Parts: sequence; structure tokens; C-alpha cells
Amino acid sequence: MGHNTEHKLEIFRGLLKFKSNVQKIWGVLIFLSIVTAIEVVLGIIKPQALMAQFLSMKLINWIFVILTLVKAYYITWDFMHMRDEKFGLQVSVVITLIFLIGYAAFIFLVEGNYIYDIMYEGFVSWNF
Amino acid sequence: MSSTVSTTEIQSELTQEPGPLNASYGKLMMWFFIVSDALTFTGFLVSYGFSRFKNIDSWPIADEVFHHFPGLHGVDAPMYYVALMTFILIFSSVTMVLAVDAGHNMQKDKVVFYMFLTIIGGAVFVGSQAWEWKNFIKGEYGALETRGGLILQFVDSNTNKRVSIEDFAVYKPQYREQHKSNNGLWFRSEPPLDEYSVAEVTEGFMAADPSIVVRIEKIDENGHKIVLNRQESIEKVNQAVYVVRGANLIHNEYGNRLFADFFFFITGFHGFHVFSGVILNIIIFINVLLGTYERRGHYEMVEKVGLYWHFVDLVWVFVFTFFYLV
Repeated sequence: MGHNTEHKLEIFRGLLKFKSNVQKIWGVLIFLSIVTAIEVVLGIIKPQALMAQFLSMKLINWIFVILTLVKAYYITWDFMHMRDEKFGLQVSVVITLIFLIGYAAFIFLVEGNYIYDIMYEGFVSWNF
Repeated sequence: MSSTVSTTEIQSELTQEPGPLNASYGKLMMWFFIVSDALTFTGFLVSYGFSRFKNIDSWPIADEVFHHFPGLHGVDAPMYYVALMTFILIFSSVTMVLAVDAGHNMQKDKVVFYMFLTIIGGAVFVGSQAWEWKNFIKGEYGALETRGGLILQFVDSNTNKRVSIEDFAVYKPQYREQHKSNNGLWFRSEPPLDEYSVAEVTEGFMAADPSIVVRIEKIDENGHKIVLNRQESIEKVNQAVYVVRGANLIHNEYGNRLFADFFFFITGFHGFHVFSGVILNIIIFINVLLGTYERRGHYEMVEKVGLYWHFVDLVWVFVFTFFYLV
């Protein structure tokens, strides 16, 4: 490979520093497993305290979404070696996706919610 | 060798020269593909979100739909199996990145070993998904469908447990044979006849223990499906036009039919990606065994196929969240 054998071995902004790339991989696996375990436990218990509505979604669902994005970050940055790429490459992949996905999600979910309201207000009967 | 340029040399010209952004052209193109493929999955997932928000008060509850675990019959195991599948995929991602790392250090044996584990992990995942599909398609309790497409499920109001239509449907022998192209009009046929007719289920329901009532798709403010009383149940059952067993693209015993459609399309599309990933991995694995990359002097192909493999894992993380957790 030549030009790309150097790896950045820190995660959590330097809080955790690994000695080798292999060690970092296992470290990230442990972290991802912990996050997944938290998600599964929360999904099974469904604590009543997290059922409150926050920004038109349940608090627990926001937690799931944020934990998923955290996992996505570490998969991309450490497994796909995005951490070792140039800033330009990181930005052109991530900004494009954040913008387009954010836009699509926003517009579709708002529209879905609007249609729900129309149906709820009774112009259309669901069960005929 | 002096008069001809070998293919290996051309290859290394293309791959070793850093392209724009200090990455090789091959890797850049893989990133292009990943970004566009991510947008395809975005399309699927946001349209799932659209339909879900549109039917926010009647969407099926994933925990109730996916609660099987191999070997545990009748045990309520919500999400354990998908969680296991997620771990399998993340783990195969780890073995892939270990293979890439071994490739950097030109350790052929290690690359072979880790790629082999990755392929196994991918195959186990696809198999697990097939099992999940089988359960989903086969169904469990059965339900009635009204003319408006509303699904009526049955519960025991004392125990709040689901009741299968088999438990109360009466048996009325029918002299009706399935119309196949070889026993009727040769250019026509019909799908296999249902095990139970609407009349059998309805009659059985009227005669059944009054504690058996209907559960509708609507969700109350605590997130539970609304259970009707006996009187309302009888009214609803009389409106039924179809007996649903399991799920397909048209009928779905678990609730809204869109749920089944999205399940098939999203997990199917993802499963197809995993399947293609396994095939690509096998191709690269064979090349590693043959020593192609050893001769080429670098293992960048392993890295590129690894990028794709991690992407598949990444998509599953999102599918897991939006289909099973949220």
C-alpha cells in the first residue's frame, strides 16, 4: 500500500489511545457491542420514564436514533478507516449524506404527519 | 519482460499512484458507490417513516411480530434474535477489518483466515434472515380482515394472551377444489384455498367462550393495541371478508399491510446486499489464496471489498433501529 499504512490510534478525542491498529479494532468492537446491548436492553424494558414526548417523538426513540448515529460514526471512522483519510474526502462523503438524508427525512416525515392529521380529522373513513 | 508491460504493472500504476485526496481511484469509486447506495436505502427508510407517521396510531408493534428464537418454542423472546444477528454482522465487520489490517502488513495467511471468518459470518447472517422471513410469512395466530383492510386479531380477555383462529374455528367440509390450470380452464388458476373459510372462523367465534374478543390495530395512549368488548367484537367479526394467515405483499395478519411490504423490501434489499457481499468476498478470497495480491505487492482489493462490507453492516445498524427498536 505504501502511502496509507499510518493509522490514527486515538478514539474519543484522544481519551483512549491504542498501541496498534488491531488493538483499536477490538476496542471499537467492545464499544459498539456495549452500545448495541444498551439499545436492546432499553428496547426490551421500555422504561416508563422515557416514554415522554419530546419534539414530537418519544424520548426513547430519540435515544435510539442518537445511539445509532454514534455507532455509524465509529463504523465509518474506524472500520472504514475514514479517520485516516484526508479532510476533503471525509467532508465530501459526510456532508453530502447529512444534507440529503436530513432533507429527505424531514420532508417525508412532516408530510406523513400531515396526512395522519387529515385522516384523523375525519374526512376519510378508514374502516368502511 | 523488458519489451512488454505486464498487467500487474498497469494495475499498480492505477492503484498505487494516489489519486485525488490522497486516495486511490479504486477506493474513491467505492466511496462514490457507497454514497449513492446509502441514498437508495435512505429512500426506502424515509418512505417507511412516511407510512409509519401516516399510520402512527395503528402501526404494528415490532416486539409482538418478531419474538421467535430458534429452539425456543412458545417463548416470548422479543428482539433477542435480531440482536444476535446484529452482533454476528458487527463481528464479521471486525474480522473484515482485521483482514484489511493483515493485508497492510502483507500477511497472506492472516488475510485468508480472517476473510474466511467474514464469509462465514455473512452466510450465517443471510441464513438468519431467511429464518426470520420464514416465520414472518408463515404467521402464527391468523386474523380476519374486513372489507376496509382492518385486521382483527383475537385475544383471551382474561389472560390478555393471543388466541389462534385454529383454536376456535369450526370445521365445515367444503366441496370446493382448487382451480388449477390442469383441472379447469387451462389459461386460469387460483391461489391455494385457505385452510379456514370466513364462515368457519365466524361461526366458531360466535360459539366460542365469551372471553375471546377482538383486538384491533388502533393503539391506545399507553402504546397497547385496543381490545374490544364481546359485543363490539361480534359486530366487527361480522364485517370480515377474508381469513389472513401470515404475511405477503397483499395481506398481513400482523396489522397494516404496508408494514409487511416494507419489511420485505427493506430487509430483502439489505439481504441481497449481504448476499452480493458474500459473493464478492469469496471472489477476493480465492484471489488471495491464489496469491494474486501477493504478486501485485499490495492488498488494496481486500480493502475495497472491506469498505463495501462495512457499509452493509452500517445499513443494518439503521434497519435494526428503525424496524425493530423505534
